[in-house]
Amino acid sequence: MKKFLADLTITEVQKLNDVCVLLMMTDEKPLPHCLPGQFAELRVDKTPTVMLRRPISIHCFDAEKNEIGFLVQVVGDGTRWLASLVVGDKVNVLLPLGNGFTMPANVDKRLLLVGGGVGSAPLYGLAQELKHRGNDFAILIGARSAKDLYRRQEFEALGRVEYTTEDGSLGEKGYVTNHSMLNEKFDYIYTCGPKPMMMAVADYARRNSIPCEASLENKMACGLGACLCCVENTTEGHKCVCTDGPVFSIDELKW
Amino acid sequence: MVKTDVKIGGLNLKNPVLTASGTFGYGLEFADFVDLNKLGGFIVKGTTLNAREGNPYPRSAETPLGMLNAVGLQNKGVDYFASNIYPMLKDLDTNVIVNVSGACIDDYVACAEKVAALDKIPAIELNISCPNVKQGGMAFGVQPQSAAEVVAAVRKAYPKTLIVKLSPNVTDITEIARAVEGAGADSVSLINTLLGMAIDSERRRPLLSTITGGMSGPAVKPIALRMVWQVAKAVKIPVVGIGGITTGADAVEFLLAGASAIEVGTANFMNPAVTGEIVDYIENYLERHNMESVDELIGALQV
Repeated sequence: MKKFLADLTITEVQKLNDVCVLLMMTDEKPLPHCLPGQFAELRVDKTPTVMLRRPISIHCFDAEKNEIGFLVQVVGDGTRWLASLVVGDKVNVLLPLGNGFTMPANVDKRLLLVGGGVGSAPLYGLAQELKHRGNDFAILIGARSAKDLYRRQEFEALGRVEYTTEDGSLGEKGYVTNHSMLNEKFDYIYTCGPKPMMMAVADYARRNSIPCEASLENKMACGLGACLCCVENTTEGHKCVCTDGPVFSIDELKW
Repeated sequence: MVKTDVKIGGLNLKNPVLTASGTFGYGLEFADFVDLNKLGGFIVKGTTLNAREGNPYPRSAETPLGMLNAVGLQNKGVDYFASNIYPMLKDLDTNVIVNVSGACIDDYVACAEKVAALDKIPAIELNISCPNVKQGGMAFGVQPQSAAEVVAAVRKAYPKTLIVKLSPNVTDITEIARAVEGAGADSVSLINTLLGMAIDSERRRPLLSTITGGMSGPAVKPIALRMVWQVAKAVKIPVVGIGGITTGADAVEFLLAGASAIEVGTANFMNPAVTGEIVDYIENYLERHNMESVDELIGALQV
């Protein structure tokens, strides 16, 4: 798939809490088609220290509106700059990168989407697509606290959503892997979130013989498979998260 | 029309813009952003006789206007390159140069011989300066005698243009440059990465799995410029300048310091289209300054 490099214009900024914003962007030209689970590399300008682009998963993509959205959580200088952008600002974006989630071949499977914190971002675009395809799915999102559960209304508009919080402020108290909905039967799992959470989900999937794919976020430089910095050790040796992933079947991972 | 072509040993470059090994993959990764045939050439990632898995993750850490890497020469080996990658590159209208590395002299020689058999590869860049492998690599490049030994052995086995990539992690880089010139190198390229380190103070742990790694990016440019300036005065063979080149102006600075060509490295991660932009900048620079040829820029620093 051809990759694009363009200065996108910010059309909307929604502050979701103290550390996270939703950035919506567009371009005069048609954006390339982006698949759920793919990501973009956003260039950070005008900071005295940041050099590398920031890989951010695609939260939503609307070809008709020619609009793309990203959830950006502030963790350092680069994301702080991105989170400070306002409507009308330009951001240099490299996209679409990586491979998306595998789409189910038909609609007879019961799917579970498990997200953790800002890692729930790409699951929104995935849920939109699954709904559009008529798939049967449920969403489970965990976070430290209710304020760290992003875009609840929007997720809930797509289907059934359950929550866990570590402080018990919303949904069941504890981790996603302790949630009662995991007693139900699922045929396939998609997960994205902090690595310890995804490892716990992978463990649950293996114990219950459920196929599962996870979206990784290893530290990255080029995003194009050239620098070999973001490798994950797989059953077939080191693979690039940027080009071989970011989505991997857990069967490939040495977790 | 300005003349941008330069010569490195027997190698004719249509312009002085190359890419640094390990930052441009096999070129094809960047084909959506830059016309590869527009470049003077590109240097494919470090290739060794046998396949290497490289170092464990994490292999990179961003530092202020720079980065550390500890990839450790991950590659599938020279035979894989010859049978799977070379066929996709051989018809390009540019110079594809292979960066050759090894753990011992025999491996360097065997790898260079296999690359010599590939008709459309006109040159190799001998990496005697990788800081990220335990055996070989930088160990060869930090002493004049061992540097000369490996270059002399490869020189005997490799008839085409031989560029030797030098380590900045030495007391006097001009001494190494002279040693490899004496051993038959057609050109020297410099600098490889500077040995560096980054620590996560909260976790009290190093950021790289290997603790130390190679530093690159705009932060190293002044050091690279200084070393290119020193080496260009010390040797008669052409010098290829590398180190933090991010803009066309940076490239011109290296030419002024005495480089006959330049390699763009880490900047490819910041802007995958940057190499094409640097080619345009150099042409435009020559026109703006009423120069007919890029030769007029090489070593033209007024001091």
